[in-house]
Amino acid sequence: MGPAQLTVESFKSYPPEARALAGAHLALLQKLPLGFAPFLLREIIVFDWKFPYEQSELTHQLAYLTKLTEEQRQKEMAPFAMLKLSEKLDSSDWVNQPAQFLEQLSAHLWATQQMDGFRAASENYVRKFNATMPVEELPVPRLGIAVFGEGVSGTDYKLFRKLRRSGVYFSRLNPANGMEAIAESLKIRAAAHSAPYAHWCIEGGAITASLPGFTCVDYDGLAGVRGRLSAIMLSAYESTRFDPEKLRTTLAAVTPETAGMKDSGDGALDRFQLSLLTEGSGTQIYSTTFVQWAAREALRRAHPLTVFTHYTPRQKDRTMDELLNGAQKKAVPDREGSMIDGDMGAFYTWVNMQRLAGAENARFLAWFEGHSEAVAIGPSLKPGTEDAAPIEMAGVLKRVQYS
Amino acid sequence: MPRSVNLLHASPREVAAAISRSRRDFLRQVTGAALLAPSAMRAMAGSNAKKAVVVTFGGGARDDETFHPDGQDNIPKMLTELAPRSTFFTQVVNRGILGHYVATASLATGVYETFNNFAAVSPDNPTVFEYFRKDLHRPASDAWVIAPSNGFNRIGESGHRGYGKGFGAGVILPKRLLAAALANGGSADFNHLLRDNYESQAFSPVIGGNDVELQQLADIFKVSVDDFITHAKSLASPDELSVYIARQLMRRLAPSLLWITLHDIDVAHSGAFSLYLEGIRRSDRLCAEIWNTIQSEPEYAGKTTLFILPDFGRDSDISPGGNGFQHHRTGDPASRTTWMMVLGPGVRENHIVERPVDSTDLVPTLGSLLGFTPNLCHGHPLPEVL
Repeated sequence: MGPAQLTVESFKSYPPEARALAGAHLALLQKLPLGFAPFLLREIIVFDWKFPYEQSELTHQLAYLTKLTEEQRQKEMAPFAMLKLSEKLDSSDWVNQPAQFLEQLSAHLWATQQMDGFRAASENYVRKFNATMPVEELPVPRLGIAVFGEGVSGTDYKLFRKLRRSGVYFSRLNPANGMEAIAESLKIRAAAHSAPYAHWCIEGGAITASLPGFTCVDYDGLAGVRGRLSAIMLSAYESTRFDPEKLRTTLAAVTPETAGMKDSGDGALDRFQLSLLTEGSGTQIYSTTFVQWAAREALRRAHPLTVFTHYTPRQKDRTMDELLNGAQKKAVPDREGSMIDGDMGAFYTWVNMQRLAGAENARFLAWFEGHSEAVAIGPSLKPGTEDAAPIEMAGVLKRVQYS
Repeated sequence: MPRSVNLLHASPREVAAAISRSRRDFLRQVTGAALLAPSAMRAMAGSNAKKAVVVTFGGGARDDETFHPDGQDNIPKMLTELAPRSTFFTQVVNRGILGHYVATASLATGVYETFNNFAAVSPDNPTVFEYFRKDLHRPASDAWVIAPSNGFNRIGESGHRGYGKGFGAGVILPKRLLAAALANGGSADFNHLLRDNYESQAFSPVIGGNDVELQQLADIFKVSVDDFITHAKSLASPDELSVYIARQLMRRLAPSLLWITLHDIDVAHSGAFSLYLEGIRRSDRLCAEIWNTIQSEPEYAGKTTLFILPDFGRDSDISPGGNGFQHHRTGDPASRTTWMMVLGPGVRENHIVERPVDSTDLVPTLGSLLGFTPNLCHGHPLPEVL
């Protein structure tokens, strides 16, 4: 079946809001090529659990495509219409399983050497569409704070090697009460600019302090879900014939209920947390990967004003000799490695913030927890410089936020 | 009819061609070599024939973590010991599918293979091992692949009608050997080691003990299975086991064409940057060990060219479709462009080649070096190292 054959009935298994949205744009969907329509359906099918920014972005995209003249739309869709798809793709259930279709499409495009052309066409489309999006009005510059290195007494590793090019490296920060100062600052910010999903706290361990107004995600809090997903994955690995595609399909079908998640009353957040574990790679195993990926996804999907990430020591990766000798059966923390993970993760959070509106005015602080090193980025903080004067955390936060 | 060359007045190219021709003529006379016992084959390999060792610095490594100023801490051996002795290609572009098995197969065939990366299939086009063995009438013992995982078990031999069965390389999968050795004593922990590739988060199922294969290897190496296990238990990673096996192979059989695919770096897919860096540092050390082995083994010293290259890169930090170092999914320039160093007799030292070359150029370069003709490959020989 091609998009031209779509009817309202085609979306009967979609959740209520998604079904209504697809039905309302049926005429548009019927005119899109098979190399494109499933990308929209992948977003539409989960519309009920999307964050407010995502919902507005998707409805805007549908409106943008609807408003194009027939000629404009055909021109826009031409690179996607020209993709040579396989019979298997043509006959797959791309309406009800758009994500699985796109997995297969990706493999097909690689195998048929159409990926580079597809990538260029996609980037071109997104660039044009983004140019039509209303400019996101921010009540306050976006702020990211990343804290890492818990439990590390000292290191020879050169931290902030990427971030310090974008901001000021503080070498004599007084670490005393640093976390308390950050928490206080975050509370004030959230109280002043309250909005759904506007402020995020992503914790590599367990959340210990309350941050009113924050959407919080913690690695330890998902231990039960991680355990269940690990069992599903292990079962797939240990089957006589491991099938990665089947595992992906299985994971895609996991719901908060089947994963044993408690209903928090926030379906969007529950689904988001589950997706971090079912779609992320390594998020089930390493807390540092979980924090970095969660921050990336929160920024990409919710466009928050504030992202606070706290990296804690992940479990050590056991070496071959340790595995073979049965040593260290109990997970032990890798503090130094986690510090390095967190350093890179902080940089990636900053990179991801740069993709959002207001990037030129965004602020960022990365701190080596418990130590005197930090990097602060902001419009008036001169990139690639060092400040060796003694300073308190509150002082750094002030310079970051109010400079 | 062979053209005679006065070597006293010949250009280096003519000298090389003449030597190459002589070698081919010599090798073509050794048609019965495949029937010889290992000891005799080793003796045959004791000639002055050129040898090549290819190390794919596997798992995909970016410039950022290797030769870029930020990454040079991770490759001290390559930077200070190997690069000064090498001709270094700064832009090796992989235009194929960026999955490790299919990309390694493409490197080995000189054609961008298009099969499913996760399928247990042979390459469609003849491999370098088949060209080498068929053209030069080399025995099976003269071409070997040491590869990281079960997914690579078809890498040594293509499905091509004109080559294929009987012309490929022996493939050693160290983890598979270990699985066979530990068939009755393996622990649940050992399953982690059998992880086939980090890309699909896949663990391979434990393959039933391949006693014949294991025993063959034990015979070649002159070590008992118990000693093999004991040694494995002293090593930190599968790549170290691969290099241990490579050294044994070089000492016992001295193959003329040896291909080693390192893979520890691919732990990057887990998203832990520090583990990715550890993988690079380990690969750096192992590459130096391989070079030192080449220099210290009489069968290899002075006549072996070493090629070291990542199979491809990884996504750049700024590519919006990716997540930086973690994957190689976007097909952006950082994931497609990497480097290669070539060391050995006759190779210009401390020389940098900045023009872009192609991943598929490796096979024809090996062909020109060793004297075979890879008719069906798509790349071109690299004159800078010939």
